[in-house]
Amino acid sequence: MNNVTNIVIAGLGGQGVLKASDILADAAFRAGFDVKKSELHGMSQRGGSVSSDVRFGEQVWSPMVPAGEADVLVVLEETQVEINRGVLRPGGALIGPDLIGPNVLKTRKSLNVALLGALSALLEIPQEHWDAAIHANLETKLHTLNEQAFALGRAAAAQRVTPA
Amino acid sequence: MSESPQLLSGDEAIALAALHAGVRLGTGYPGTPSTEILETFDRLGGRAQWSPNEKVALEVGLGAAFGGARTLVTMKHVGLNVAADPLFTATYTDLAGGLVLVSADDPGMASSQNEQDNRHYARAAAVPMLEPIDSQQAYDLTLLAFEISERWQIPVILRITTRVCHSKTIVRPGATPHLAPEPDFARNIPSRVMIPAYAKPAHRRLREKIAAIAAWNDAQGPHQIFDGGSALGIIATGIAAVHAREAAPQARLLTIGMTHPLPLETIRRFAAGCDRLVVLEEGDPVLVEALGAAGIPAEGKPESFRFGELSVQRVRRILAHDQTPEPVPPKGKPPELCQGCSHRGVFEVLRDMNCIVAGDIGCYTLGVLPPFQAMDTCVCMGASIGVGLGLRHVLPEEQARRVVSVIGDSTFVHSGITGLAEMVYNPPKTGHVVMILDNGTTAMTGQQEHPGTGRTLHHDPTGKICFEDLARAMGVQNVHVVHFQSEEGTLERLLKDLLTRSETSLVVARQPCVLAAPKIRFYEKAAADRLQAACPSQLADD
Repeated sequence: MNNVTNIVIAGLGGQGVLKASDILADAAFRAGFDVKKSELHGMSQRGGSVSSDVRFGEQVWSPMVPAGEADVLVVLEETQVEINRGVLRPGGALIGPDLIGPNVLKTRKSLNVALLGALSALLEIPQEHWDAAIHANLETKLHTLNEQAFALGRAAAAQRVTPA
Repeated sequence: MSESPQLLSGDEAIALAALHAGVRLGTGYPGTPSTEILETFDRLGGRAQWSPNEKVALEVGLGAAFGGARTLVTMKHVGLNVAADPLFTATYTDLAGGLVLVSADDPGMASSQNEQDNRHYARAAAVPMLEPIDSQQAYDLTLLAFEISERWQIPVILRITTRVCHSKTIVRPGATPHLAPEPDFARNIPSRVMIPAYAKPAHRRLREKIAAIAAWNDAQGPHQIFDGGSALGIIATGIAAVHAREAAPQARLLTIGMTHPLPLETIRRFAAGCDRLVVLEEGDPVLVEALGAAGIPAEGKPESFRFGELSVQRVRRILAHDQTPEPVPPKGKPPELCQGCSHRGVFEVLRDMNCIVAGDIGCYTLGVLPPFQAMDTCVCMGASIGVGLGLRHVLPEEQARRVVSVIGDSTFVHSGITGLAEMVYNPPKTGHVVMILDNGTTAMTGQQEHPGTGRTLHHDPTGKICFEDLARAMGVQNVHVVHFQSEEGTLERLLKDLLTRSETSLVVARQPCVLAAPKIRFYEKAAADRLQAACPSQLADD
């Protein structure tokens, strides 16, 4: 299983955690990987903790990232960092919300896609597949805004990714 | 037809398969994690409708199947309790069109009140059951379920679990679209009218069908063997199969697609080739006990793994006989009623009045959590009214007069109406007060329509049940509606008055769900626009 990349995205209901994992899974799928994505819906719209697992590689079995085996943890809400840190493998990378300063984005609603941009710097998924996945998973009027957020996140990651 | 691969959830894969299988009608009641099946089927162009509850959904599906149509009926696990009455006799009948009932179980209770294991229903009602391990199998086994259903003229249950429903995996749809014959009624009284004279031979026919399906399952059922060493053999079902493959890639693995009736001879042969045999199944020890009864000894999992979902780590523990306490994951932030939610004001009043609240299933169950803690019971859909009445009947008067039943709009239609009949028929001495928290949608499951919204699953206008008219017609003595525009204190004053009366009362607290309100306005405007386009003169005076 060591050829499988494990990503966990976490935050609070309403922040776009599931949308971000949809885009990531779609981009990995377009890049030709076997992909599995898993989360629990249901109470997620009610402001509670939400997390989503995305796994891709040559062949993926379980859709859930085992604790302590995530390569990257992406967190959209500061309070959710500590409760999710345990998913990371030793040496895994944490991408937290503080990577993107408070007034950098036109709207904080695109933080999810900005952090995907940061994540993209660590993954071998060509840009064209990210673009296609963003287009396929978001309404047309949101494309430009989110492309900008993605590029901002990618640039920010080039400067700094918090070691776990 | 061979479509390109798609990344689909299990729910979406079932909907796509239903479309390819030529399903003419999909029925169901919303319930996490099953809701997306009918919504996707509708989006793909299939004909789908929400029923008031699961029992009605299955009955409508049964009628369609008697008429020769392929039919899909969907519900969450507890929904099958509601639909159990038709299920247990539907198996005695001979169907004309295929009927597949999807039961979406929720081990770990991500969004449910219990973690019942609906595999018990397969044995209890003698229904063939298929269990996919991922979205590809969800697609394939849905198609197979229709073939089995039609070949043996019997309903088939497709049992899925939360992880299979909501995980996305790659699906290669390979089906040639099924060209079903046009529905046409063919009279067959002895196989469809279950009076004892006809039901007695029907029960024997049912057992013969199950025996024949068991033989078929052994010969060509959807089980799969992954080769491995003989030291460890694993038999797994559902999502446990993929956890097993990851946790023990060196093991021989048998995954069983049809878990009732079991392919026992296949299992017996597999078991003979393994030094150690372990059964991996989520929930109750159903499979391992069935194997024991068939004289195939196998290791099950320790009792602690009956609770919650399985995972790769938990499977590793089971295989390693690791009985050390499992790490407890840090607690996340619990969900709460949305800011601006209409239920908030209601629960503040109930809390401040120190009411004894018989609650129900929906978003408003969150009224049990701080800062409200204004719910005292919650058991199943519709129970608020019966439980409230029971409390009223036996409690001392001072307490009885504080009992209020609280139920949501969709839940009221689902199974609250019979509770209202009970209140009118057997009123407690102190009377009773029922509150319908009408937010105009089935909010909890993702804002689905129901007979009280006046819109179909597809959000088109249709007949609408008016709760206050219904209550008056049933003979409820006091019927009131409190709108969200009402001045502050209105609800509290009204409740105080009604609680002192020894009469039966219904209060409808009406305010659209804050999440659904924009969509509701959109649907209403679309309906008005259509009406105007169809008949401009009628609205000219408005």
